[in-house]
Amino acid sequence: MFNRRKFIALGASAIATSAFGPKMVLARAATERRFVFIIQRGAADGLMTVAPVGDPAFVTQRDALAQDFVAAPKLDSMFALHPVLANIDGLYRARQALFVHAVASPYRDRSHFDGQNVLETGGTSAYSLKDGWLNRLLSLLPKDDDSAIALAASIPMALRGPVEVASYAPSALPDASDDLIARVSSMYQNDAQLHAAWEQATATRMLTSELAADNGRNAAATGALAAKLMAAPGGARIAMIETGGWDTHAQQRGRLTGQLRGLDAMVAALRDGLGPLWSDTLVLVATEFGRTVKINGTQGTDHGTGSVAMLLGGAVNGGRVEADWPGLADAQLYEGRDLRPTLGLDNLIHGALASHFNLSPVQTAATLFPDMKGGRLMRDLVRV
Amino acid sequence: MTDASIALNRFGLGATPGDRPGADPKKWLIAQFDRFEPRPAAIAALPGSAQLCDELGQHSARDSQIRRQVNATKRAQRRAAARAAAAPSPAPDMAMGEAMTAPQTAPQTNVNPISEELRRAREEARAHYTEQTTARAQAAVTTSAPFVERLVHFWSNHFAVSADKLETIGLTGTLEFEAVRPHVLGRFGDMLNAVERHPSMLFFLDQAQSVGPNSPVVRASGRSGRKRGLNENLAREILELHTLGVRTGYSQADVTEFARAMTGWTIAGVDRRPPFLALGLTGEPGSFAFAAKMHEPGTRMILGKTWPQQGEAQAAAVLDMLAVHPATARHIATKLARHFAGDDPPPALVARLEAAFLKSDGDLPTVYRALVASPECWVPQPVKFKTPWEWTISVERALGAQQQRKGTVGLISQLGQPVWRPGSPAGWDDVAGSWAGPDAIMRRVEAAERIAQRTRDTLDPRARAAELFPGSLSDATAQAISRAESPSQGLALLLVAPEMMRR
Repeated sequence: MFNRRKFIALGASAIATSAFGPKMVLARAATERRFVFIIQRGAADGLMTVAPVGDPAFVTQRDALAQDFVAAPKLDSMFALHPVLANIDGLYRARQALFVHAVASPYRDRSHFDGQNVLETGGTSAYSLKDGWLNRLLSLLPKDDDSAIALAASIPMALRGPVEVASYAPSALPDASDDLIARVSSMYQNDAQLHAAWEQATATRMLTSELAADNGRNAAATGALAAKLMAAPGGARIAMIETGGWDTHAQQRGRLTGQLRGLDAMVAALRDGLGPLWSDTLVLVATEFGRTVKINGTQGTDHGTGSVAMLLGGAVNGGRVEADWPGLADAQLYEGRDLRPTLGLDNLIHGALASHFNLSPVQTAATLFPDMKGGRLMRDLVRV
Repeated sequence: MTDASIALNRFGLGATPGDRPGADPKKWLIAQFDRFEPRPAAIAALPGSAQLCDELGQHSARDSQIRRQVNATKRAQRRAAARAAAAPSPAPDMAMGEAMTAPQTAPQTNVNPISEELRRAREEARAHYTEQTTARAQAAVTTSAPFVERLVHFWSNHFAVSADKLETIGLTGTLEFEAVRPHVLGRFGDMLNAVERHPSMLFFLDQAQSVGPNSPVVRASGRSGRKRGLNENLAREILELHTLGVRTGYSQADVTEFARAMTGWTIAGVDRRPPFLALGLTGEPGSFAFAAKMHEPGTRMILGKTWPQQGEAQAAAVLDMLAVHPATARHIATKLARHFAGDDPPPALVARLEAAFLKSDGDLPTVYRALVASPECWVPQPVKFKTPWEWTISVERALGAQQQRKGTVGLISQLGQPVWRPGSPAGWDDVAGSWAGPDAIMRRVEAAERIAQRTRDTLDPRARAAELFPGSLSDATAQAISRAESPSQGLALLLVAPEMMRR
């Protein structure tokens, strides 16, 4: 029988190998189904992950960055997958990957912290909710006498809330918690010297935890560790993996390629580590918002709106790209600069989780996204 | 900032619970002159430079002996190899047998006795360094005379030695303890004299080995071809860093002449190799010694004056002149003004301190009084960004003595300012540009969170903030602290608040 002490010991020794890699949080729930939430902090560029190569404006808008897609695998007549995502492409061919494009949370401004807060709390504006949708999801799942556990210096917002989540700090030198970082930001707001330095520091911080570090080995190690902890008898059913490094304001091409390679390795390690359990697994990859459609002056892109989300795993009813494509021509952009969002991330998440955990969509909508204003329920995302 | 907050934070090392500058913060600062302890218990308990130099001397003697043994063994091996080469070669299978047994007969070949001795000496020195840095931090955190402790740190950085060489690792702290602390409330000239004769400085700037080209030692060894000569390092830094200041009118010729005058200023009892022993310096190990045989004879010409004194008195007379030189007064006044009134020191303040220095022949309390009396040091907006040392000490003080932790010194290193290791005789920079970088601030935030988590809920950060910055806390900081999700998070915010980052 699974016991928490053993769980912590396993985590402690295994995580030591990837102490500086992405952070992970796991939670127990009495179900055979597994769910992994991989958050991409820093606003991942969806247009370079799943590229709308069939859109006539794509090449003119993305110019040099579009070069990556010359020989990229086509997903359908409109979209192609970034060529380094080989494992994810394999999942797509096996109908275990589904991409949802031009998607966004209800957040419409361009602050990382606020955008992540909305993505993680499931609110409609920053700081309107005090707990996270992943924690509220736990409250819907069958009770288990063991509490959830977080492996991180602090529990990310998505997993905070009334359901108790134990935590374990894996490293002797933990990074400052995101919450403290956010509060320091507001404390320094009107201090010219500290504010400027702090902006730079937080931008760098996003890049230092990048998946590309150590050639993706850290990312793969984190995926393997998560799989190990989820495959153990009575192990965790729910995991959250925090990845940073997606804020590509300059020299995006190489940096994003590294990030995507790391993500691909992490997903492959999860799949391999879970073995037969993969067929019961749903992985969600999502970011707080997308990036500008046009390239900026430093071969990067700035904070935007619409992006792409991925559902991966044996439980996914995949092999397709869901999109109500808004177009990339100048007149079609949101505020003249961003990919216009036409699908809601909250609809996607609650619809997928309702099917995956056999819950009523009315219930998941009300619990996970209590302030959600309509939007169509996305069906058939998961095999039941 | 109120005057009370300025006295505590800008002049002091940060408030500690219970600190009350009272109705007259200026008086409170000056009164610290009587409270200052030159040798607090934590420092008095440590071995002084005499014992440390004796250890270095023992290392030198052991090293010397090991080298002799190693050389003797090598010579014997060469002779044996030559004999073997002359003899007929053995049968192939015999050679194989010898090769196989060789590792058992000489298992110690991997350990180089010379580097082993060096490693042992380094370890010993590092242990002393750790004790000294810890004692320094402890004195700073617990002192009731924080203004004077700050001045000790100021002078120690002015006369910087860096713990980079074997000889200075264990000795660095003793320079501050033995040459700076006793003179921090005395005359600049006395401090200068004590510093330049201290073994830590004589080692760090290579003075101990400097030899006059026409000295008796060189003339005696001329035929044997041993290369020993003049080293200008200390003479140059005295002029450039310790006294006159860079580009104040001295020439390369002045540097060389001063270096010649200083030859013979060395340390007794440390170098125990035969040529040094032959100098006959019999003082206590580590004590200042004048080696007449290393001294360059003759009259020197420095800064337009002739110096006819002979021997040790020659450089001593030059030092006395430098100690009260107008350029020195200006240099010291500028650095002090920068330390207390901002990175770009106000010219009027510099002029006032310079005048106080010159008028009193470098009487330091006179200069400090002028500093405390100057309105430029009491402007209400913060004027300095704290260095990692200053920030860490003020954090420790803010937590109160009961919160004293191990690891303070390690934290200061992680924040980018390892104690007594500036890597350069110029010491650490005293301007915001060197310390207010993004990464440095992020590290402080990370450290603050860790430190605050250890205090758990034992203190109320709202009350503590008001106490540390009497009447000077900004609304933004007070609000950030009061909105924190826990007392420990509130404390973390207090520790990195703008008020805490600057003084």
